[in-house]
Amino acid sequence: MTSPASHGGADLRRSGEALSGGLPPLLVAADHLASSVLPGAHGRRRSGSGAEFWQFRPLSPGDGITRIDWRRSARGDDVYLRETEWQAARAVSLWVDSGAAMNFTGDDGRETKAHRARLLAMALGLALLRGGERVGLAEADMPPRAGRAQANALAVALAEEKRAESEHGAIDLHAAPTGGHVVIFSDFLGALEPIEQALAMAAARTMRGILVQVLDPVEEGFPFDGRTRFESMSGHMAFETLRAGDLKAAYLERLAQRKDRLQAMARQSGWHATTLHTDRPASEGLLWLYQALGGGRR
Amino acid sequence: MNALGFSAPVLLWALLALPILWWLLRAVPPAPVRRRFPGIALLLGLKDRDPESQRTPWWLLLIRVAALAALIVALAGPVLNPTRALPGQGPLVVVMDASWASARDWPRRIERAAQALEEAQRAGRTVAVVTLTDPPVGALEFRAAEHWRERLPGLAPRPWTPGAALPDWVADLPEGTETLWFSDGLARDGRAALLAALTETGPVQVFQPDTPVIALAPATFDAEGVHVTARRTTGAEQALTLLAVGRDPAGAQRDLARAPLTFEAGALSAEASFDLPPELRNRITRFQIEGLRGAGAVSIADDSLRRRKVGLLAVREGNESLALLSPLHYLRQALEPTADLIESVSIDDLLLAGPDVIVLADMPTMTETETRDLSDWVEDGGLLLRFAGPRMAGAGASASGFVAQADDPLLPVPLRAGGRSVGGAMSWGDPRTLAPFAEDSPFAGLSVPADVGIRAQVLAQPGPDLADRTIAALADGTPLVTRAARGAGQVVLFHVTANAEWSNLPLSGLFVDMLERLSVSTRGAVPEAGEMDGTSWQPEEVMDGFGLLSDAEDRAAIAGADLAPILRGEAQPGPEIPPGLYAGTALRLAVNATDAQTPLNVAQWPMGTNLETGVERQEVPLAGYIFALAALVLMLDSLATLALGGRLLRAAMVVLALGLIGPRAEAQPVDTRIMEATEAVVLGAVSSGDPQVDDVALAGLRGLSTALYLRSSVEPSLPMAVDIEADELSVFPFLYWPVTAESPLPSTEAYARLNAYLRTGGMILFDTRDAEQARLTGGTTAQARRLQQIAAGLDIPPLEPVPDDHVLTRTFYLLSDYPGRYQGGTVWVEASPADAEQAEGMPFRNLNDGVTPVVIGSNDWASAWAVDDAGMPLLPVGRGTTGERQRELALRFGVNLIMHVLSGNYKSDQVHVPALLERLGQ
Repeated sequence: MTSPASHGGADLRRSGEALSGGLPPLLVAADHLASSVLPGAHGRRRSGSGAEFWQFRPLSPGDGITRIDWRRSARGDDVYLRETEWQAARAVSLWVDSGAAMNFTGDDGRETKAHRARLLAMALGLALLRGGERVGLAEADMPPRAGRAQANALAVALAEEKRAESEHGAIDLHAAPTGGHVVIFSDFLGALEPIEQALAMAAARTMRGILVQVLDPVEEGFPFDGRTRFESMSGHMAFETLRAGDLKAAYLERLAQRKDRLQAMARQSGWHATTLHTDRPASEGLLWLYQALGGGRR
Repeated sequence: MNALGFSAPVLLWALLALPILWWLLRAVPPAPVRRRFPGIALLLGLKDRDPESQRTPWWLLLIRVAALAALIVALAGPVLNPTRALPGQGPLVVVMDASWASARDWPRRIERAAQALEEAQRAGRTVAVVTLTDPPVGALEFRAAEHWRERLPGLAPRPWTPGAALPDWVADLPEGTETLWFSDGLARDGRAALLAALTETGPVQVFQPDTPVIALAPATFDAEGVHVTARRTTGAEQALTLLAVGRDPAGAQRDLARAPLTFEAGALSAEASFDLPPELRNRITRFQIEGLRGAGAVSIADDSLRRRKVGLLAVREGNESLALLSPLHYLRQALEPTADLIESVSIDDLLLAGPDVIVLADMPTMTETETRDLSDWVEDGGLLLRFAGPRMAGAGASASGFVAQADDPLLPVPLRAGGRSVGGAMSWGDPRTLAPFAEDSPFAGLSVPADVGIRAQVLAQPGPDLADRTIAALADGTPLVTRAARGAGQVVLFHVTANAEWSNLPLSGLFVDMLERLSVSTRGAVPEAGEMDGTSWQPEEVMDGFGLLSDAEDRAAIAGADLAPILRGEAQPGPEIPPGLYAGTALRLAVNATDAQTPLNVAQWPMGTNLETGVERQEVPLAGYIFALAALVLMLDSLATLALGGRLLRAAMVVLALGLIGPRAEAQPVDTRIMEATEAVVLGAVSSGDPQVDDVALAGLRGLSTALYLRSSVEPSLPMAVDIEADELSVFPFLYWPVTAESPLPSTEAYARLNAYLRTGGMILFDTRDAEQARLTGGTTAQARRLQQIAAGLDIPPLEPVPDDHVLTRTFYLLSDYPGRYQGGTVWVEASPADAEQAEGMPFRNLNDGVTPVVIGSNDWASAWAVDDAGMPLLPVGRGTTGERQRELALRFGVNLIMHVLSGNYKSDQVHVPALLERLGQ
């Protein structure tokens, strides 16, 4: 697995080099992760529109004449229809928060939240691509596409180092196709209003999706004490306390409220919401994500 | 005994302010920790629950308050053992021994006295200061302390000791007078009496530092050199340096020599010895202990230290006579212990050596030039001592028949020809004895042994001044020794021979004494009492209490009778006769402040005396230590603050990083070449200074290495060029050193390394590569000369040409010849021990130990060994198959040599094989 330290300043160049020579490091890690999730079986295992043969079934009332498979029907008295496997691909748009807050890690030995989020996004993308889905980024120039080439494009786009100016990235789902799925990776520790607006817009466009909150255990536990001056990752905000330990309870309460709110927002739009931690194995989260998306099949 | 005081106790009130500081400090919280935290949005708007609790921890406060308290205490000037003020009131008398023994720590005494005077001034007491070595006339003057404080720096110790008598002023001391006595630490008659008298009038406090008193005795000398003994009072181990001070050739005073003067622990005396050439020794004016002040640490050297330079004119005689018959034999015996003898057959040589005395034994005639030179020398102050003899007696007769050279400047009196003989086998009378010496004779006082008899002598021509010039006569009145002044010098004639031919005088002790009186020889003996009577001695230099010599200027002369007891140690120097240098007519005598008899005992004070040694109760200012403590505590505080702020680790890392930069820069680069050389056997070629020769040498070693690899179990790596100045030599078992005429000489360090290399088992093959040239020219070639120069600095054992049974002939191949590119040059190895024996039944001698450290030859082996990169011979050797055979033999020599280096005398040990087999069989 790529170490978090490799996501340094020279990563853009390294990605370019890696792309020309093979897979970007993120792609390798995500590929590894994705293959651990998928058992290798593809397909929806149900009839539907697709190119692959699925089954012959006897004609039942209401079936169109044109769907009769005459070659099979000629072998006997019954009339059969030829059904193909359902291969309707979904469009899944991924959005990863590129804000400065995501670059936090509570321990130098742990990967940053941004890294975990990108890894999850990439692995999920790969898994979906192998399942024949169309995957893209919720950005103007990365519409969902299927195929192996899209994996590389995805990897390049995700591995690209973005100079984070603000604390959190501005969410914009306009580029995501209507009726598709959206997976949003963020720590959701910033203002919730833009998220709410984005969700409302998505619901209006019949989009469904998942809110994935990636948190560092430090953010979950607040293990601080003494006189402390907290600064936001971008340095724009500062907060000083004489005894940080006293604030722990209040902080944890606010965090729980925020999680509840996220769940509520997701429920209202028919979405899912979950919280993943960087100290847990990435495959765990990926499995959940994949199941959640699979459960959203239609 | 320890007490604590403060020089500014008022400042201690500031300690009361510490609680306020406590309160102030509490208000200053530690610096905040800066943390990046994305969850800040959740924190915004939260309030600290309990602002009162956000204060500095109590232990940090304690540290800070402790630091401040330490600062306040330090500023208050704490002093351990503050000097106690003198007790009592009333007049104060400061008594100082002020002897030579006080000089060693005089400033401390003056300082202590100044302190006492200051206290007296504050208390408004009247003071009198008196020195025992220079007592005032009449009663003491009690004056205000300021008066004495001004005069205190003018006090100086005297180079003698106080008299034993109770001083007059003691009787007039007012009742209640307190005394501060600065003792020099030496026991002395009269001290107890004075103490008793002073105690009667009032309290006495004694100041006596317990540093040892050291006194030098006058220098003595014997055959081994000059010895100076020093004595002291107490017995800790002490290492000092004794300086011999004298005039350098330019006339300036300087240290001529130094010698260690080491007192063993517990020893009360130590001796320093100088081994000096006479020229240097005669210039010594005084001995002095380096770094010690005081007249006791200086010993003035006088004429007793000087040895006169006596020139003996060896007799020009063709035949080798017996030693006892030599006219000079008895003179040598008499003079050798006390004078420096110069012997030469040439007057010119003698004069060049600048002797004080020239002795001519039975030397009748001299050339005109010699006569002129000698008389010039005598006029300039030389002493010419002549002895008569058969030839002198005969010469007078042959010259003019009656009077021998009436105006000879080199004879004190004209001589009659022929001389006379008494008491011999052919004469009737008994041998003549000596008359007692006249009062005005330099020999006056010497006793005449009865058995001294004169059998023959030369006779003086009677004349008006013969009586004046006679300083010793026979019982019948004929002159035996005559003397005449010539300019600044004098001419003395013994009318007998210097050997036992004419008299037995040279056999007697009187002869030695007479020579001594004539100042021909000098001896460290003090003049006899009688001798000193009536003489007068002019002080030339006098010594002060600190041991400094100054011109005596116009001091009055001292009568010899007064000086004599001091010289004999029966009296001590005093104000009338201070230590110094006194000049008599022919002799200068030194009076030293101390001699070998000067009593050196620590003064004992009765119980209950208020004794102040000035050491154990020395004031110790503690302010510095407490300031340091405060700084330490403040440092602790900064560490604690850093730790509170969570930045201790970072600061420690910065400090560590700074600390690590230094050592890392010093890490020595490992010489990769040398590292490689340690991994296999590597032959080394030392640079000859000629690149072409060096290339051939390297190629030669390559060829030899290849041969070794192919033929033996030695598998050397590629040879290396070795820089003896820089490379580590010990990794090379063998060095090949071609020598050209221009080879550079190794530096001193390189020699040291090479010698260490040779001593620890290395071998160097020196190759001058000139066998052909040497054979043709038959002489020493330039290369060989260069080799001699190079080898001069090396530790090379005696060498011999390789013997037939040397182990080198059979370490691998059996060899009888060691050709290189040339043939026939001699090869030298370490000589076998002289006691090497041929083992029974063995063709070889029993040479078991020692691999020769050097092999020296001139056959240019490297050229024969040299191969090119393809392994083909580089240079032609000889012609045709003979040449190839020669190359093969050269290679075999090389293989044998390396085998010898690596396996030592293994082959030689095989002489024991039969014995070992025999033992195994049993």
